[in-house]
Amino acid sequence: MNYLDFEKPIAELYEQLEAAKKLGEKSKVDVTKTLADIEKKIEATRANIYDNLTPWQRVQVSRHPDRPYTLAYIDAISDGTFMELHGDRTVGDDKAMIGGWGSIDGRTVMFIGQQKGINTKMRQYRNFGMPNPEGYRKALRLMKMAEKFNKPVVTFIDTPGAYPGLEAEERGQGEAIARNLFEMVQLKVPVICIIIGEGASGGALGIAMGDKVMMLENTWYSVISPESCSSILWRSWDFKEQAATALKLTPEDMFKNKLIDGIIPEPLGGAHNNQEEMFKTVKSEIKKQLTKLSAQDPEKRIEKRIDKFCSMGVVVEG
Amino acid sequence: MSWFKRVRRGVTTSTKEKKETPEGLWYKCPSCKTIIPVMDHAANKYVCTSCGYHERIGSKEYFEVIFDDNAYTEINEGMHASDPLNFKDTKKYTDRLEDSIAKTGLNDAIATAHGLVDGEPLMIACMDFSFIGGSMGSVVGEKIARAIDFCIANNMPFMIISKSGGARMMEAAFSLMQMAKTSAKLTLLSKAKLPYLSLLTDPTTGGVTASYAMLGDMNIAEPGSLIGFAGPRVVKETIGKDLPKGFQTAEFVLEHGFLDKIVKRTELKAHLAQLLKLFKN
Repeated sequence: MNYLDFEKPIAELYEQLEAAKKLGEKSKVDVTKTLADIEKKIEATRANIYDNLTPWQRVQVSRHPDRPYTLAYIDAISDGTFMELHGDRTVGDDKAMIGGWGSIDGRTVMFIGQQKGINTKMRQYRNFGMPNPEGYRKALRLMKMAEKFNKPVVTFIDTPGAYPGLEAEERGQGEAIARNLFEMVQLKVPVICIIIGEGASGGALGIAMGDKVMMLENTWYSVISPESCSSILWRSWDFKEQAATALKLTPEDMFKNKLIDGIIPEPLGGAHNNQEEMFKTVKSEIKKQLTKLSAQDPEKRIEKRIDKFCSMGVVVEG
Repeated sequence: MSWFKRVRRGVTTSTKEKKETPEGLWYKCPSCKTIIPVMDHAANKYVCTSCGYHERIGSKEYFEVIFDDNAYTEINEGMHASDPLNFKDTKKYTDRLEDSIAKTGLNDAIATAHGLVDGEPLMIACMDFSFIGGSMGSVVGEKIARAIDFCIANNMPFMIISKSGGARMMEAAFSLMQMAKTSAKLTLLSKAKLPYLSLLTDPTTGGVTASYAMLGDMNIAEPGSLIGFAGPRVVKETIGKDLPKGFQTAEFVLEHGFLDKIVKRTELKAHLAQLLKLFKN
């Protein structure tokens, strides 16, 4: 287990637990009560910490190295039926953006999402979840295919942003994202988008123009990461906590500002603390939304989707 | 060996002989340093007569360059930004807005107006870089959305002149969603089969590039404009190498297939008029 800085008290209790267990094995002293006490204390501490997370701590949890990534969700939700598809048919296959067919209890769905790596080697392979233009074009190709065969689209968003590299610029990163926004908002099939980790800027929005856009409890979604925001507006990297607060990037704030459609609760201690439960919750939420959305007339659904995004923003009339 | 050194130090011209030049009469090109009268510079559409450098200009100047007889009707002129997030960094967002309004005389980073271009009606949404770096907040999104509504209601072609550093951080996710909003609105314009011209000027980066600026039926740019998604500094930091010469210029973007044309500002109006006539007939 990896522990974040504010999770120290939990880590210390786990150490105590281990120590007590060892003592019990060595000295034949009955430690069952002590163990139960410590376990109770762990749960209480965890509940206390996770009930009072600051926006910056939310950002930290969203990047927790043990947190499940897109493929883990898809594998669990589709019960092993997932068939990954590759390539944008133009330049190459982006490893930071994955997608393919899968079945949710007998219903075929097109899954798409940014993918982060689970260890150092894989993180590099996945480009840290930062897609190149071909990633967005692959996503669009798969969405168009889903539309053709009248299958709903489910996307998982988890990215620190679209890749700001030289070749990405050469191949039109801006155009690729813009095209996705334009096409995705008028897809004839139901589109569900779930932010499962980081939702950074246009790189996230590029696959997040859904009928239902939902955020897991310990995730963030905004125009920029708190670190970059700090570096630009405060001209220093040291104000990330303030930036995280100022950006109002938590699911609660995003929902209050009517910029997302719902929040999906996480197990106590975050998605990584009980992955199975997390997958179950996400699956049942997707099923619920799919049933609702599939019942709507496609034209009405598109109209509603466009109207929703067009109503976002606050201005003062002159 | 002091023959190359100055013998007498300091400025030797007496104060009396110094020539005073009144402010605002001359324009010095930042690129080639040529000095020409401001009147001549304006008559040449704010393009340097000797090296062709395109000075960054605002919406008023663009309207003057494009619309017949400088006659146009602005819509939603008074709309201005609110501070939905109560945002404060080193300075309050509301203070920033007040300062910018006082400094520029503009209400936000975009103006929307319709008029005639060689007799052809056109709606233009033009960004102003002088207002918080031309950043895209709720007002930019809403004004574009309403301009598109107007175009659909009046069967009028639409053009956006982009000049922006990207999203307005002080409106955080609201600003991000303006990318979604403008792109969603453009689908309606597209459905109405009305032409949408996107003019990318110096600079066009970030969320503006990744939404409406790249979605034109025709994407046109001014020569030498910086056009990209990530800014050059960020790209340089990412790859840890110096950027090739000409990277992210309009010419570079044209070469990579994301622009239809590069048009000099002095020829812009004639090109637009021709295009609008080609679309119509």
